[in-house]
Amino acid sequence: MKHLDPITIKLENAERVNRREALTLLTEAPLLALGDMAGRIRRRLHPDPVVTYVVDRNINYTNVCISRCRFCAFYRHPDHPEAYILSKTSLARKIEETIDLGGTQILLQGGMHPDLTLDDYEAMLQFIKKRFDIHIHGFSPPEIHYLAQKENVTVAAVIERLKTAGLGSIPGGGAEILVDQVRRRVSPRKCTTDQWLGVMQVAHQQGLRTTATMMFGHVETPEDIIDHLLKIRALQDETGGFTAFIPWTFQPSNTRIEVEPATSVEYLRVLALSRIVLDNIQNIQASWVTQGAKIAQVALAFGANDLGSTMIEENVVAAAGVHFKLPQTDIIRLIENAGYTARQRDCFYNDIDQGSQAREQVSGIKDHGNDGDKSQ
Amino acid sequence: MTPKFTDNRLKRIHQKISAEQRLDFDDGRILYETDDLISLGYLADTVRRRRHGDTTYWVYNQHLNYTNVCTNRCQFCAFARDAGDTGAFTLSIGDVENRLMERIDEPVRELHVVGGINPELPFDYYLDLIKTIKKVRPDATVKAFTAVEIDHFAQISGQSIENTISSLKNAGLDMMPGGGAEVMSTRVRKKLFHRKIDHQRWLEVMEKAHAQGIITNATMLYGHIETIAEKVDHLIALRKLQDDTGGFSAFIPLAFHSGHTQLSHLPETTAFDDLKNIAVARLLLDNIGHIKAYWVMIGERLAQVALAFGADDLDGTIMEEKITHMAGAKSARGLTRSQMTQMIATAGFTPVERDAFYRPVADSGRKTDETS
Repeated sequence: MKHLDPITIKLENAERVNRREALTLLTEAPLLALGDMAGRIRRRLHPDPVVTYVVDRNINYTNVCISRCRFCAFYRHPDHPEAYILSKTSLARKIEETIDLGGTQILLQGGMHPDLTLDDYEAMLQFIKKRFDIHIHGFSPPEIHYLAQKENVTVAAVIERLKTAGLGSIPGGGAEILVDQVRRRVSPRKCTTDQWLGVMQVAHQQGLRTTATMMFGHVETPEDIIDHLLKIRALQDETGGFTAFIPWTFQPSNTRIEVEPATSVEYLRVLALSRIVLDNIQNIQASWVTQGAKIAQVALAFGANDLGSTMIEENVVAAAGVHFKLPQTDIIRLIENAGYTARQRDCFYNDIDQGSQAREQVSGIKDHGNDGDKSQ
Repeated sequence: MTPKFTDNRLKRIHQKISAEQRLDFDDGRILYETDDLISLGYLADTVRRRRHGDTTYWVYNQHLNYTNVCTNRCQFCAFARDAGDTGAFTLSIGDVENRLMERIDEPVRELHVVGGINPELPFDYYLDLIKTIKKVRPDATVKAFTAVEIDHFAQISGQSIENTISSLKNAGLDMMPGGGAEVMSTRVRKKLFHRKIDHQRWLEVMEKAHAQGIITNATMLYGHIETIAEKVDHLIALRKLQDDTGGFSAFIPLAFHSGHTQLSHLPETTAFDDLKNIAVARLLLDNIGHIKAYWVMIGERLAQVALAFGADDLDGTIMEEKITHMAGAKSARGLTRSQMTQMIATAGFTPVERDAFYRPVADSGRKTDETS
């Protein structure tokens, strides 16, 4: 594998890999070579051997979604007997439980519901913020883009109103593969690549930090994966607004795409490549929800520095028949067993002191929306 | 590619491996202690490729557990029952024949036959068992009975170990599995499996099997109360016997599953534990041909990764695995031929279907009925 040496030298000099080099790495580099290169970058960005995680809960405010993506096992048609919109009571109870368990944020996501208005979204955020001191990591570019379209306002206007109502940051879902040819095949009714990137750009401009994701292992090619990474890297150069990148594999059960699930080695290769290519994104998350605890721990040797969330509740991957559980004590054990120090973090990767008791006593409502300026 | 060693202690070991020198106890300890997983994998992979290139073996096999009645009642076991307990079973020779006939249309190359220490079964039962398997499956290799069972057979037949093995060999025994070694530590044995034969006896049985041309595997059960030093001692003891006999075919690290055992408070082994045990075994056991990633115990997904950490064998397609699943293993019950070959190929290795003696099976592309 001598032809990889120039790439290793570039990485050692903190130089960027280009499109061709990235493709060579993805298609030709041995697994351990990728792990070695990813480790070098990870140590440059995180000299301390620390792995972080966040305590939170996924709350899906609705499962109604007109997008009906072929890879999704979670959505329901508005008239389906299992279709729901979460009541305020359930929402409040779920958040209370989260706070009781030491949770610091909720991941609030739903579907592209045809009847929910921007006013409804504002009301939901205000309802939460009025009652709870909790960070809302919410929605995704497809939801925001859909809202803007439906309300006939700009994306900027939607984000501004959501932010004012209490939205703290935006998760990077709905990116799937940021190549329109692929999107047309797997999620034809969802926003385009440019629209997805556009929502993130506007969010970053307004000071809202976001993450970015990639779902692979369906109909994409290696070139599509590289394109996806390069588009994220280019936007990050411009805005610096992405806190983390989370690659995860498509789970084919209960969906309308028939493929063999991506293997663990394929996952680790893409994870390591993400760490190598995305030299301007500070954090790479391992996805234990799709990979299980064992592969998530191995991922720490392949460039991941964060184990994501404890996910007190998770519904979307579970709908595709994958049920991994990982309590906080296990997360800490996995991290320490791999030779790292485990630290609970907030949404912006700031350390959280373990005194959750103290936090519970704070009844005043902080505007977490401004916290985005703290990191990078 | 030479990795960036983040643990400097590995550099000296790297030099030894490049010079093809034998590693010592301290090297073994360091390899277990290190957190530099990528470099450890690189070292193990170097040795693995020297021996096997990018070949990864698998076998079309069938497990047969003839009884779960066992007087040893080891604390780490969820499989054993006392005679008369609910769930206790003993297969009659007729049952065994039926089990084999159920899958007679499948190209099974190897039968893995192990059971408990059941005081009610006479020695003839075991001879009949082997003869029956040979009769029904004349072309498959009969890999049967751990050293623990052999020792028990010697006691009930009043024969020496040598004669016990030779009677079984005459009945059709081809090979022996490597179970029952657990961890070769008097301390651990006292705490967890004091009724089972000690490790001196285990090694003695193996030595005598090898002397009669019966090749065997070797195992180590990790992830309970053992220490790093005990694991390194274990591997070195196996290496020493292998220097004398050359009779070990493969080494299989066995990840402890605590479900439904007396040690159920112990957590599952981590991926780092599992990969380290495979890589360190590949590096210390310089005289044993093959290292198995036993997917039943570490899960299919990690077993695939283990191929880059020194393992060259994914073991079998296996249906009806009982022992680990009764202790809560969440791995699949069996893998199909295409799942097995796809797992190996997508990890960047070349799948080779083997027989029990690691000879490639010529018609491994043959279409068969597959169930998962």
